[in-house]
Amino acid sequence: MIVPYGNVLLLAIILFLLGAVCSIVRRNLLMILIGVEIMLNAAGLAFVGASLKWRLLDGQAFVLFIFAVAASEVAIGLALIVYSQRRTGSVNADHYSRMKG
Amino acid sequence: MTLYSVIFYVLAAIILASTVLAIIQRLLVNAVVYLILSFFATGLLFYLLGAPFLAVLEVIIYAGAIMVLFLFIVMTLPIEQPERRIMETIGQWLPVVILSGISFFIAGILIFETAGSRINLNTGMATPAAFGQFIFKGYWFPVEIASFLLLIGLVGALYLGRRESEKRSEDRQ
Repeated sequence: MIVPYGNVLLLAIILFLLGAVCSIVRRNLLMILIGVEIMLNAAGLAFVGASLKWRLLDGQAFVLFIFAVAASEVAIGLALIVYSQRRTGSVNADHYSRMKG
Repeated sequence: MTLYSVIFYVLAAIILASTVLAIIQRLLVNAVVYLILSFFATGLLFYLLGAPFLAVLEVIIYAGAIMVLFLFIVMTLPIEQPERRIMETIGQWLPVVILSGISFFIAGILIFETAGSRINLNTGMATPAAFGQFIFKGYWFPVEIASFLLLIGLVGALYLGRRESEKRSEDRQ
């Protein structure tokens, strides 16, 4: 016996909210991307816990696809950050005000 | 309280502490190194929850590849003025913290009102061989889509990463 299933879900929720707070509050584009990574990781944790609870492997299969999505998302996201840093000279989201938004 | 539950709570404490420390760091390199610790502990938690193959993948892909990629980009980009101090952006922190606190309480109530969440998890183990057979029997088409997604990511990153001079000389041809 490890722990009740609810505790795993609770840990996943706390991690997800931490990731959301990170990507909302921080102004650095890299920290926003890191927040998205934390959220994806929390979703994977919930899937693995559910997979153990129902003794089915489908949850673990979904985590594999989450890994693929996270890897490609980070590649594209970092390329976009480097691209916009070359164009505007900054990675701070506050400095992106060319459209006067 | 068995040994496994003690391990679970210790790992959960490590994950939460290192993630919080990563979020509040002002220097990006420190944040990335704290996150490597967090993902490593998550990999151990995956192993505890009966997914040894995913635990290895977590360490290789998340802690290894993704975070090292972040580290490279952080070191490549020129150093900027650090962000404003946390206390100066309190107007930005406060609503987010309040709203996520509310959603956390609602989620906690929903979880512990349902009877299924009080079921104790027993230890189990999905061997990598069984997992691989399951994936390629039931999920062969999503695997193909995932490989296509990775290919598109590769091409897109290559396209975005070119320098302006190269782009101009290619457009001229």
